[in-house]
Amino acid sequence: MNAPIRRLGLVVAAMFCALLIATTTIQFFQAKALNDRPGNRRTLLSSYARQRGSILVGGNAVAVSKPSNDEYKWLRTYPQGTTYAAATGYYSFLYGSSAVESRYGSLLSGTSDQLFYRRFTDIVTGQKPQGANVDLTLDAKVQKAAKSALGSKVGAVVALDPKTGAILAMVTSPTYDPNELSGHDLTTVQKNWTSLIKNTSRPLLNRATSELYPPGSTFKLIVSAAALSSGKYTPQTSVPGPASLRLPQTNTTLPNDFSGACGPGGRTTLIHALEISCNTAFASVGLSLGQDAVAAQAQRFGFGQQLNIPMSVAASRFPTGLDPAQLAQSSIGQYDVQSTPLQMAMVSAGIANGGRVMTPYLVKDVRDDNLDVISSTDPKLFSTAVSSQVASELKTMMLAVVDSGTGTRAQIPGVQVAGKTGTAQHGQGLPAHAWFTAFAPADNPKIAVAVLVENGGKYGAEAGGGSVAAPIAKQVIEAGIGR
Amino acid sequence: MSSSFALRTITPHTPRTRRGVELLLLAFAIAIVLLAYADVGLAVDNTLPPDLLTLGIGFGVVALALHLLVRWQAAYADPILLPVATLLNGLGLVMIHRLDLAQGHHIGQGAAVRQLLWTGISVLVAGVLLVVVRDHRRLGQYTFTFALAGLVLLLLPLTPILGRNINGSRIWIGLGPLSFQPSELSKICVIIFFSGYLVQKRDALSLVGRRILGFPLPRARDLGPIIIAWLASLAVLVFESDLGTSLLFFGLFVALLYVATERRSWIVIGMGLFLAGCYAAYLLFAHFQVRVDLWINPFNPHLSDQLALGLMGMGSGGMLGTGLGQGHPDLTYFANSDFIIPSFGEELGLVGLIAIIVLFAIVVERGLRAGIAARDGFGKLLATGLGFSMALQVFVVVGGVTRVIPLTGLTTPFMSAGGSSLIANWIIIVLLLRISDQARRPTVDEPGASAVGSADTQVVKSR
Repeated sequence: MNAPIRRLGLVVAAMFCALLIATTTIQFFQAKALNDRPGNRRTLLSSYARQRGSILVGGNAVAVSKPSNDEYKWLRTYPQGTTYAAATGYYSFLYGSSAVESRYGSLLSGTSDQLFYRRFTDIVTGQKPQGANVDLTLDAKVQKAAKSALGSKVGAVVALDPKTGAILAMVTSPTYDPNELSGHDLTTVQKNWTSLIKNTSRPLLNRATSELYPPGSTFKLIVSAAALSSGKYTPQTSVPGPASLRLPQTNTTLPNDFSGACGPGGRTTLIHALEISCNTAFASVGLSLGQDAVAAQAQRFGFGQQLNIPMSVAASRFPTGLDPAQLAQSSIGQYDVQSTPLQMAMVSAGIANGGRVMTPYLVKDVRDDNLDVISSTDPKLFSTAVSSQVASELKTMMLAVVDSGTGTRAQIPGVQVAGKTGTAQHGQGLPAHAWFTAFAPADNPKIAVAVLVENGGKYGAEAGGGSVAAPIAKQVIEAGIGR
Repeated sequence: MSSSFALRTITPHTPRTRRGVELLLLAFAIAIVLLAYADVGLAVDNTLPPDLLTLGIGFGVVALALHLLVRWQAAYADPILLPVATLLNGLGLVMIHRLDLAQGHHIGQGAAVRQLLWTGISVLVAGVLLVVVRDHRRLGQYTFTFALAGLVLLLLPLTPILGRNINGSRIWIGLGPLSFQPSELSKICVIIFFSGYLVQKRDALSLVGRRILGFPLPRARDLGPIIIAWLASLAVLVFESDLGTSLLFFGLFVALLYVATERRSWIVIGMGLFLAGCYAAYLLFAHFQVRVDLWINPFNPHLSDQLALGLMGMGSGGMLGTGLGQGHPDLTYFANSDFIIPSFGEELGLVGLIAIIVLFAIVVERGLRAGIAARDGFGKLLATGLGFSMALQVFVVVGGVTRVIPLTGLTTPFMSAGGSSLIANWIIIVLLLRISDQARRPTVDEPGASAVGSADTQVVKSR
């Protein structure tokens, strides 16, 4: 019977080999994937057991881990509460993390491979490993001005440094207090989360980057850019501007936001059309340029392209396959044209920067606990949207809007502000969205901004962008240029 | 050197008892366990456990007593088995204690105290058994008594008053606060019965029969026991919902049948019946389908996340583990019983878990080795059966939590919290000690034993 016992021994050896292979697979090859699984409490607990790095704005922590005496050891707190929620996101034991807390999670928690050598020295010297600090591009003054200017209105404000693409302000309203989600009293956290999720005004939504709105008349900047770039137009070119335009192949007419024609004899110049936001003029300019030219110009400003700032930004879109009537409507930012506030800020920033659109970014650099820089973001050219010649012509046209057009309420004494209003209809009988996008000072732009107020056009017609959004942009610009 | 031996006509070969090695290994095993215990105390409470010394002395005294008993009663027994069992038992205790602490229990409360008590009882039972069963061949004389005992123990949980249904399986009996899993003891009875029965029937089973399509088939009446074993394991599966035990019993029977008859056809037949049984069970029983679903997709959000939690625990342990007391094995349900292996994987890492699996492999290997060395057919089958049952059980348990096979409920030998399992496994160790002692003992030493054994020894065919 010894031979079969020996053979049985081989079977046993094979069985044990299978176990060794399985444990090795799980604990070596799959370990990382298992640890990275969403909802893995062990990973969370171990990340709570070490000090997470801070998120800084201008050297001050807007998200910081404080020692706590419970089982989680460190409590994540947000000293400024709601002000930076859109940028920092939350860091919750129950609900994971969002925004920078999530995108820079492994660096903040100190587990990133980028920190390998630093961690290695920590192990050798026996120091408790600490997460890296993330330094944001936000400007505290601009951010606070944007927040207080927007106030309780539903909407968003984005401010960019036109020369670098650095995001100086990002505010969305209504927002939430990340402290409510980071607490260690999990029942309270759960209650807070449920009320945030059930809130119909969606406070967790970042309206600056994640929500698409019809851009309305602010889109006329892009049609203007396409027109000037085509070489067939200058700001002084005469364009049709009747009181209303009969849409080709339909019986409907497209009116202006004000009653009457845009100029004597139903004609006007391109610059004046932008100044008074003449719908019929831009509809006909769009029709004569053709949808390919308008779409290509929109794309050069960023439409249709996925961005990560590091949070992913919803891609704005200009529709394809339009019939002439749809193209006419699209040319004034209606029909199916969709844009994020960040996208419209990029349009202004690109014009401000001589036609060169910079890639927007929110994280300036990452530093270790001695504040030595581990990595930093270099400004990157996103695209050259228009020539510097065209950019300069567009600037002149935008200055006219603020000087004497629909955007006069953005005027700042002694500062040249270039801007464009927008009032976007998004449904029959609903108040329109109010837009304003601008940059200043015109001769040496330091800040480009986009403001959106949802359903802000209650004053009726084009007045929405000029009366509701422009004053907000003005306060943000004032903070940005140090006034 | 060889020439000096060649001059002698009779080589006076006295095998060394190796008891010194056993003592040394035992001391080593106890040292590891105490180190682990101290480690847990330091990690969880930042101090050495207050009872480290008393517990250490107690543990040492018990182990030493068992060693002395082996020295006296089974001097030639395998020296590896006792230390390995002690180490596994001790590590299991430490982990159960560590999980008690995680649940807020203090020393003197919780599952570890019960397990310590059961360890004492098990060692006592083992000692008594070592004294009472002077020769394992005596067990072979009570073949059908053990068959009956095995069957009764197996079916006991189905009785209305004693039986208890815990976590969907009816494999427990309970009296007041005590609960017991009789299938663990039943397993040993059944191995003894199989060994005894097969030694008597092996010629009939292996030689008589017809070839059908070039495939040697035994006679129908010899096939009977296989069919009965198959039906019994199916019955366990159906009425007690105990997949692990039915797999264990059936696997054991096929293996022993193969060893006894040396005919591979039994394996083919056995595997065929097993697969047919599994397929039928899969079609018939929802809980079996759930197990298979969970095996294929452990992260299925609609099923239990127990397996997933265990896997994530093992993943967080990685190569070297979090260290005893520093992981979160308590996040997995049944962390101290069914899922004690993932608990070790998390805190001792891949390295520690491999060491534990290898320790089990050593026990199995020593069991099979005792089978090869045994001089009688009954002893060969018994040792092989005991060793293989350990291998199957470890395979089913560890394979279940590591997704080699679907998860079934069996205890991890020596480690899982639970008295029945501990007693059964210590009995297995004692029986293996006894068989290996008989195998290695010089026949001239014990006239009584050789008188019983000599007649059998000559009929054994050793191929």
